[in-house]
This record gives sequence, C-alpha cells and structure tokens, in this order.
Amino acid sequence: MTEHDEIPSMFSGMLGIIRRDLLLAWKRPGDVLNPLFFFAMVAALFPLAIGPSPEQLQFSGPAVLWVAALLAMLLSLNSLFLSDYEDGSLDQMLVSPLPLSALALGKSITHWLTSGLPLVLVSPIVAITFQMPLSVIGVLMLTLMLGTISLSMLGSVGAALTVGLHRGTALLSLLILPMAMPVLIFGARTVSLVAAGDGVAGGLYFLGAYAVLVLSFIPFATAAALRISNE
Amino acid sequence: MTAKLSANELVLFRGERCLINDLSFALDPGGLLLLEGRNGSGKTSLMRAIAGLIEFESGEILWDGKPVRAHRQDFYGSLVWMAHRVGLKADLTLVENLKFEAHLRAQSSEDFDEVLKRLDIDRLKRLPLRSLSAGQQRRVALARMLLSRVPLWLMDEPFTNLDREGRALVMQLTSEHLERGGMCLMAAHQDIEIGGNVQKVVL
Repeated sequence: MTEHDEIPSMFSGMLGIIRRDLLLAWKRPGDVLNPLFFFAMVAALFPLAIGPSPEQLQFSGPAVLWVAALLAMLLSLNSLFLSDYEDGSLDQMLVSPLPLSALALGKSITHWLTSGLPLVLVSPIVAITFQMPLSVIGVLMLTLMLGTISLSMLGSVGAALTVGLHRGTALLSLLILPMAMPVLIFGARTVSLVAAGDGVAGGLYFLGAYAVLVLSFIPFATAAALRISNE
Repeated sequence: MTAKLSANELVLFRGERCLINDLSFALDPGGLLLLEGRNGSGKTSLMRAIAGLIEFESGEILWDGKPVRAHRQDFYGSLVWMAHRVGLKADLTLVENLKFEAHLRAQSSEDFDEVLKRLDIDRLKRLPLRSLSAGQQRRVALARMLLSRVPLWLMDEPFTNLDREGRALVMQLTSEHLERGGMCLMAAHQDIEIGGNVQKVVL
C-alpha cells in the first residue's frame, strides 16, 4: 500500500489542465465568444461614431483597438477560476502533489488560448474598418499577441486573489490595471508610431520582455494567491 | 515509534470562534478516525485544515514524523480527499473527468473498468456528469478515490446522497482499504459499521 504508482510529472499536470479547459471551452463556446463579440462590437462601433474621415480613423484606430482588447480581456478574467472554485475542482488542485504554480500556469495558458489568441485573430478584420494599411495590421497583431500574453498572466493573479469574493470584477480590474498600463501604453503607441512611419523594434522588445518577465514570475504569485484566497 | 499520521495539540479558529481546542490524535496503518459532531461543529473545517487549506492557529500535523507544512508534496502524494463538493466538471463525461485526475495524481489505469463496475457506474461512462444524479456523482468521486491507490483517505460526509447499497458499499470499501493497511479519516453523522481499529473524536 505504501508504494504508490508513479506521480505524474509537473508537465503532464499542466498539459492535463490545458486539455481539460480547452475541452470545456469547446463544450461551452459562450464563454469564449462573449468577450470576442464585445471586442468586435466596441471596435466596430467607433468608426461609425467618429465619421468617415480616413485621417481621424487611422489616428484613433490603434488606441481604440487596444482599449477594446484590454477591456475584453478583463471581461473574460472573472471566470478564470470561478467554476473550479464553485464545483470543488480547485480544492482538488490544491491538494495535488504537483506544484500548484505549474497548474496555475496551465490555467493562464488556456486563458490566453481561449481569449487572447481569438482576439489576435479577429483584430485584422476589425482593423480594416479603421482603414489601417496591411503593414500596420501586421504590427497590431504582433503587439496584441505579446500584450495579451502579459494580460492573461497578470489577470490570473487578480482572478486568483478575488476568486472567493462575490462580484469581485471591480476589485479585480482595480488590482491588475496598474500593472497592465505599460502593456496598453506600449502596445497602442507602437502601432501608432508604425502608422506614422516610425520603427517597430523598441515597442516590440518592451512588450516581449514584459511578457517573458510575467511568464516567469506570475505562476508563483498565482499559486500563492490561490492558497490565500481559498482559506 | 512515531505514528504514520499524527496531530499535536491542534487549535483551529474560524473568525472569532474557536472550533477545535487542543486536539491530538495518532493514526497508524489500518486505523480509522471518525469525526463526529453536530452540523456546524467544524468537521469540514477540520478536514480542510488537515488537508492544508486552512491554517491552524497552533499545533501541527505530522506525516511519517515530518511536518506536512514543510513537506507538502509528500503528504499530498499520499492522500486523496473526497470533499463535500465533488470537484468534478459537470460538462465533461465520467471518463474525461477521471482521465483528467490521472494528470493530477498517481492513478492506476489497469483496473479502471473494474472499479467502475464495482461502483455500478460503468453504464454511465459516456454521459456528461451534469446528467447524472447527485448520488451517481458521489459514486464517481468514490471511483476517483479508489483509483488513486494512496494510503490516506480523507472523506467528508461520504454517505451524502447515496442510497442504502451505496452506503453499504462505502463501508465495505473502507474496511477493505483498512485491511490493506490504509488509513481513513471520516467525518460522518451516521452510525458506522466498520470493524477494526476505530477511534472517535467528538467535536
């Protein structure tokens, strides 16, 4: 009895979480589609309100798209740990012999795959309504990709801290917005600068470095936050 | 000789209320610790605290003589917890749920079908858990416990929602587990007919 079967590796635990959550997202597509609709709607309504002048559209496009993307990500964060908390799966994850940070990283990766990546893929269609040239659209997608990785990671700490609270959305936004500001500023500005004929490297380097930074530190913070908020 | 699982002078508060005051116990292979008490007396809180989800005010739990807070992974590798909330995904099927568990903790795959048959849930394999009754969902949680093959079972109200055969089955499975040298911590209000080395703690 004392010799038990092999405990799965940390990597297998992470993959297991990713696979399960993708399967759940596939069975309940509403959770994935809602933030996406929000993004597309906000971004598509702005050109109607601004008017048909191409200069104005091109001027405000990057900012509007980035703000809409940030808000859409925030919208989807609340549910990150909520269903696991409510049905007791989170408790089971907490008593797993695998490191909790690996499981938390799996949750964040799935969150990006189901909310960040779809945003990146939809953004060119929305960007066309702002009359963005193709080269700028490419940069927009790149910045969104790096930026949403950071947002998913940062958001998972906020979601972990507020998981036990009812209606924690406002608090969650308040917690992570300060850390998300650099992403918004560099993301939107990089696209604007490229549209104005400037270089792209500086902004992308910053966004990439920020993504690597949060990828390496945040899983531990999320794990600690989960243990605290699950008392 | 230290016991396999022991608790020293546990004190547990929830808010201002002292739930557990100076509780000590020792559990050896083959032993069952039964937690009894009225509703709200703190059985679930104590169970959560033993599982490491709530901090004790003072006192400590030792597994193999080592404090579990410092050796969390050893302890978690040896226990399975059947909590009040089953911790399974309602949108996934029984098999998908149990396969996921195999990613979280050690699980033996060879007697998968046998365990399902024993618990009388082998017909429900392809159904999403949402469409199962509460008692059938408890049986899936039992299947997870049986498949995990770990020495320590933490069971919080294992008889909830189960029919008469189900309750008898839980008692039988527990006795078998104890005979194999396993250990069990159970919170229940029911009368338990399990022989062997049974200790009772009334909260």
